[in-house]
Amino acid sequence: MRPFKQVESRVVPVDRSNIDTDALIPKQYIKSIERTGFGKYLFDEWRFLDKGEPGMLLEQRIPNPEFTLNMERYQGAEILVAQDNFGCGSSREHAVWALEDFGIRVVIAPSFAEIFYANCFKNGVLPIALEPEKVERLIHSALSVDGFSLLVDLPSQLINMSDGESLSFSIDPYYKLRLENGYDDIDITLTKLDQIARYEQKRREQEPWLFTV
Amino acid sequence: MSPQTLFEKLWQRHLVHEPRGVESTEPSLLYVDRHLVYEVTSPQAFEGLRHQQRKPRRPETIIATADHNVPTTDRTQGIADPFSRAQVEQLNKNCEQFGIKEFRLGDIRQGIIHVIGPEQGATLPGMTVVAGDSHTCTHGAFAALAFGVGTSEVEHVMATQCLAVPKMKTLLIRVRGQLSAWVSAKDLILHIIGQIGTAGGTGYAIEFAGSAIESLSMEGRMTLCNMAIEAGARVGLVAVDQKTIDYLEGRPFAPKGEHWSAAVDYWRTLHTDAGAEFDQIIEIDACAVKPMVSWGTSPEMVVAIDEMIPSLSGSVDSVKAEAAATALEYMGLKSGQAISEIEIDKVFIGSCTNARIEDLRTAAAVVKGHKVSQRVKQALVVPGSGLVKAQAEVEGLDAIFRDAGFEWREPGCSMCLGMNDDRLQPQERCASTSNRNFEGRQGAGGRSHLVSPAMAAAAAIHGHFFDVTKMFEVCDA
Repeated sequence: MRPFKQVESRVVPVDRSNIDTDALIPKQYIKSIERTGFGKYLFDEWRFLDKGEPGMLLEQRIPNPEFTLNMERYQGAEILVAQDNFGCGSSREHAVWALEDFGIRVVIAPSFAEIFYANCFKNGVLPIALEPEKVERLIHSALSVDGFSLLVDLPSQLINMSDGESLSFSIDPYYKLRLENGYDDIDITLTKLDQIARYEQKRREQEPWLFTV
Repeated sequence: MSPQTLFEKLWQRHLVHEPRGVESTEPSLLYVDRHLVYEVTSPQAFEGLRHQQRKPRRPETIIATADHNVPTTDRTQGIADPFSRAQVEQLNKNCEQFGIKEFRLGDIRQGIIHVIGPEQGATLPGMTVVAGDSHTCTHGAFAALAFGVGTSEVEHVMATQCLAVPKMKTLLIRVRGQLSAWVSAKDLILHIIGQIGTAGGTGYAIEFAGSAIESLSMEGRMTLCNMAIEAGARVGLVAVDQKTIDYLEGRPFAPKGEHWSAAVDYWRTLHTDAGAEFDQIIEIDACAVKPMVSWGTSPEMVVAIDEMIPSLSGSVDSVKAEAAATALEYMGLKSGQAISEIEIDKVFIGSCTNARIEDLRTAAAVVKGHKVSQRVKQALVVPGSGLVKAQAEVEGLDAIFRDAGFEWREPGCSMCLGMNDDRLQPQERCASTSNRNFEGRQGAGGRSHLVSPAMAAAAAIHGHFFDVTKMFEVCDA
């Protein structure tokens, strides 16, 4: 996984609550057996006016000019800000793969659905939960100030604005460690193989019916 | 030992590694007993294993099937959609390569993973159960600690049989009294989500308890736990009682002989101890629950059948008011409209929420002797598994549905998420027994209303939402 230290970028707002993973990546695209290439389908039903199918080229599509991600002023944004309960619904990791592939490295919202939140950390994407008033302010600025940018710094857990103001955010220290270093979770767990084996022996005695197959 | 909640008992039992000291940056490592795998969220995980030259640690704990992407019409010609076919074939290859038990298309045991796990006795009390699907919380009905994970975690569980998970807080939802006739577990969970919201359970493991829960069948408890995720909670739980044990006895993967009695002795301890403390408690009165219908694009946008679509324009919460306005525009509805006047185009009875035998029996009881309304273009019944389908056919339920004008299909997830050909067209309105009414969920531009099987059946007959309890008042008179 690509390590995450710092991202400085313009900010794209998607001013909605309960943005679900079906909206992030509709079902027809998760038929892929690959892990890459989902970015062009991100927010498909909101980003495009025509009906999308797997394999369609971007040039063939009819973009929705009213959707923020399509607007010139937000091109290249790596920071997305939205309302509460972001990423709710299906556990599909394809939603994070689509964000990451599109170029989004940070999502800021008042709250996140748990499975989506965990999936972000497997893919080098930083989800930041901030108080609703602060998110509201960021959305307002992103909508009203052309070129509104932020610098998100993971080591200091700060979001720096161009006027010098900073917002601090909290993050689980283990999640932070993994994201900062790009650690592979499986590698970490595999260092505990002895412990796992001892645990299995104990469970085998307690609940032998789980080990009969 | 101090009294413990059911969640705490399950959590402690599965801790392989517990971080020590407040300074520790490590999460808890939980052991996983059962892993359910299907075609959509597993190919990248298997590819990851191959790439790293790893193998599943205990392949015998994995059960696989194809459900999301399979056709529900005639399967003798295979799968026509090349993308769907490739995904299902990849699952077959992966299961063969790694020695994983799979119920393939054509096997009577194939079906929706959250239906077949319990049906096979592969979901047992006291287990941890994971799957790359958010509705894995269904299995909590058996006092199993069950939750959905992403594809990276699917790979992690296969490689290590463990998961690093932050510990959840505990929420008790106590449901007193009894549900009225024709009011089901589906209405109850929609009522609860309407009260606490789709993020009301975020960060919590919910335990459902109280007299109304004790009275529910195992099917009803599965419906209830299934939609814990729609309340934001990854985990829903119900304590073990005699119904749990009776349901499991004799199922293919359930323990046998002396293992069975030892297992039952242990399972009977899987309940919250008197005096155990929860982080939060919510009380619900079952008698107040009516048949429910969702009106918006989030499961929390739900009211009773005798209500009108609420007006949120004067709401202090501007984000909520905006969300409601957006939802109503998408749904083609207006505040103040009576729910019972909303006409429908399609009906879907199925999904991991409501495709078990009890659901089909209830819907058939409503349908019997009636015809699907002329205004309904399509009414589908999609059983949750091949075994549910066979049982329904033995009972003659298929004939009741067919005679009324329903289509009787092969098992799978079908129109719950429309990965196969069972979809809504833009602006089509559906009475659906599934779990999500998100924009485009059942097909781009489609409009979904979440209801119980009895309410879906009543809507099919009347062509608009109709209070199923009233149908029987009339018939009984």
